[in-house]
Amino acid sequence: MRISAVFLAGTGIFFAVIGVVYWFTSYEDAGFLLLMGSALLGLLPGSYYLWWSYKMKPRLDDDPEGSIAEGAGAVDSFPGSSIWPFILGMGAMFAALTFVFGLWMAPLAAALIVSAAVGVTVESRRGGAV
Amino acid sequence: MTTTTEHPDLVGPEAPAGPDGHAPGTGRQDSAHGHHEGPSGIVNWLTSTDHKVIGKSYMITSLVLFFIAGIMALVMRAQLANPTSSLLSFQTYNELFTMHGSLMLYLFAGPFAFGGLANYIVPLQVGAPDMAFPRLNALSYWLYLGGSITMMSGFLVAGGAASYGWVAYAPLSNAINSPGAGADLWLMALGLTGFSAIFTGVNLAATIFYLRAPGMTMFRIPIFSWNMLVTGILILIAFPVLFGAVVMLFSDRHFGTHIFTVQGGGVPVLWQHLFWFFGHPEVYILALPYFGMVTDIIPVFSRKPLFGYKGMVFATMSIAALSTGVWAHHMFTTGVVLLPFFSLLSYLIAVPTGIKFFNWIGTMWGGQLSFQTPMLFSIGFLFAFLMGGVTGILLASPPVDFMTHDTYFVVAHFHQVLIGTSVFAGFAGFYFWYPKMFGRMLSDRLGKLHFWGLFIGFWLTFMPQYLVGLYGMPRRVADYRPDNGWTGLNVISTVGSFVIGASFLFFLVNLYTSWRKPVPAGDNPWDGHGLEWFTSSPPPHHNYTHLPPIRSERPTWDYNHPEHRTLVTHAAKSPAGPPDDADMVGADS
Repeated sequence: MRISAVFLAGTGIFFAVIGVVYWFTSYEDAGFLLLMGSALLGLLPGSYYLWWSYKMKPRLDDDPEGSIAEGAGAVDSFPGSSIWPFILGMGAMFAALTFVFGLWMAPLAAALIVSAAVGVTVESRRGGAV
Repeated sequence: MTTTTEHPDLVGPEAPAGPDGHAPGTGRQDSAHGHHEGPSGIVNWLTSTDHKVIGKSYMITSLVLFFIAGIMALVMRAQLANPTSSLLSFQTYNELFTMHGSLMLYLFAGPFAFGGLANYIVPLQVGAPDMAFPRLNALSYWLYLGGSITMMSGFLVAGGAASYGWVAYAPLSNAINSPGAGADLWLMALGLTGFSAIFTGVNLAATIFYLRAPGMTMFRIPIFSWNMLVTGILILIAFPVLFGAVVMLFSDRHFGTHIFTVQGGGVPVLWQHLFWFFGHPEVYILALPYFGMVTDIIPVFSRKPLFGYKGMVFATMSIAALSTGVWAHHMFTTGVVLLPFFSLLSYLIAVPTGIKFFNWIGTMWGGQLSFQTPMLFSIGFLFAFLMGGVTGILLASPPVDFMTHDTYFVVAHFHQVLIGTSVFAGFAGFYFWYPKMFGRMLSDRLGKLHFWGLFIGFWLTFMPQYLVGLYGMPRRVADYRPDNGWTGLNVISTVGSFVIGASFLFFLVNLYTSWRKPVPAGDNPWDGHGLEWFTSSPPPHHNYTHLPPIRSERPTWDYNHPEHRTLVTHAAKSPAGPPDDADMVGADS
């Protein structure tokens, strides 16, 4: 956890530093804003993880002496097979094609996306098929 | 080779083995019944959220697109083999080089690495049952497939596919200069595949941060997984910028905005800033996974631990960080960028890359090298990428870049970089992990023929392009004059490209043979180091029924070779001593 936090925060600090250097050497705004955005991308999750890393017990996977037996118990629940990612992906494709070929495709895209959104929510509630 | 079934007394990730000898998987639903029952065939392909199925789908799709794009390259080389050739019309040629670049960069080199091999291998390497977000992973594949279909369908619409180059520079890419649905389809495809990459990047980072097996500390995960973590973060930096730029360009084309058009007060160079802020990290999104593959392969075939593990990790991080600050070295000749800043940072990337080369050679130094196919491809990568990298250092110098910009010198440079990584290293990884993915071997002899064909063809194709570029041949031209004096070099280059094409026939024959007459691989055919070689080939549902103790960067090697066990050298809480044997059989259960 600590290493992940330092990794992300370090990324952010690096971009902040070169962003400031870039601004004062070039006064070019697009690149400066993008570098600052990248700095935030590292600093926001990095500082959040850092805060948690002081609050929580060390994780077993960060413990160099961690043994497999100590990890007994469920890691997490994982969803089983699901058709909804496919439906959602195709819905997204037709939504993109709507922009090219016109609005007549929009109902198809909307139907696919709405059904996938509903389907995946219902599936998550009942735990999914294995 | 040791297989897990010989050691049923090992401790599983969740609980000791059940009465039927089958340790329950790590999924909650899984423990209800011993063996995974799932759909099969096409239903499995459509509905699976298993990272192994998705990874294979990604690999197959991206390889198909790789072959399509490769055939486009051969057609273009045939056109360029003689001056004033009339094999292709200029418009078709423009479409072909645009789609060749787009397919190779957006739909092959990236997805093959982070969607294909990484999707399959990273959860295995860190000891995870699946990716952190399996349904998001599946969605990522379907967006990628949808994007690929969208991009390819450009060939079917009136006006043809996009023809403004894979970089889509404004104002060439606006509605006046590039009308037609093909260009719009290309933009939409970038949006879809961009989101697919972002989802995979999220998945990789979350999996590597939070789904590691106990004892698999950050500084014990294999370098391939480290590189995929850094790649995941780079994807999160780069692809949203591309998506934003694509939305702006589309709105310029259709909604009457003037973001990239001078007439309305816009700035065409802004497109280049946004594109290359994506585009240069993208180069490393395409390179770092492949660096990781060879870093995992070379120690196995040198029978040594990796030389300089932490140096490799920090070199990867520095390359990634620097790569985000060098975007405008693609824009030196626009005259509006800060040359010293970008030149200096570009030169700096050579330092961590040099460290990597030093460590790769240091790993081989004094080892017992065995030149099997994956190792040959890895060494081929070292040569190819070195040449591409060194010419990259030349191009980082603004005076040289002003001379060679938009010539075949640049074409040769980036092809050597990208073929070095995504083809040499990519196929090294493919030959290396194929036995794990399919439980069968590929023929070593056919693999070597593939390698030598590729290696010879590679140098034949691209070395003349450096020269012809220095003689002044611009890129993206469909013909040239007989009195330019470029004919001989172009003929050599075309011959080389067909040698490359022919070498892939050996690869296809190899796949066919392994499909028709399988040679069982066993769980650990190469005597590998990483955790992925501990489980069966192909791995069971949720990957592991047992895990070895993880006390170094190469747990499987330690387990199989207790006499040569890697000492716990870093990140240990207590001073390292030789681990006692009781630990090896899971006596702490």
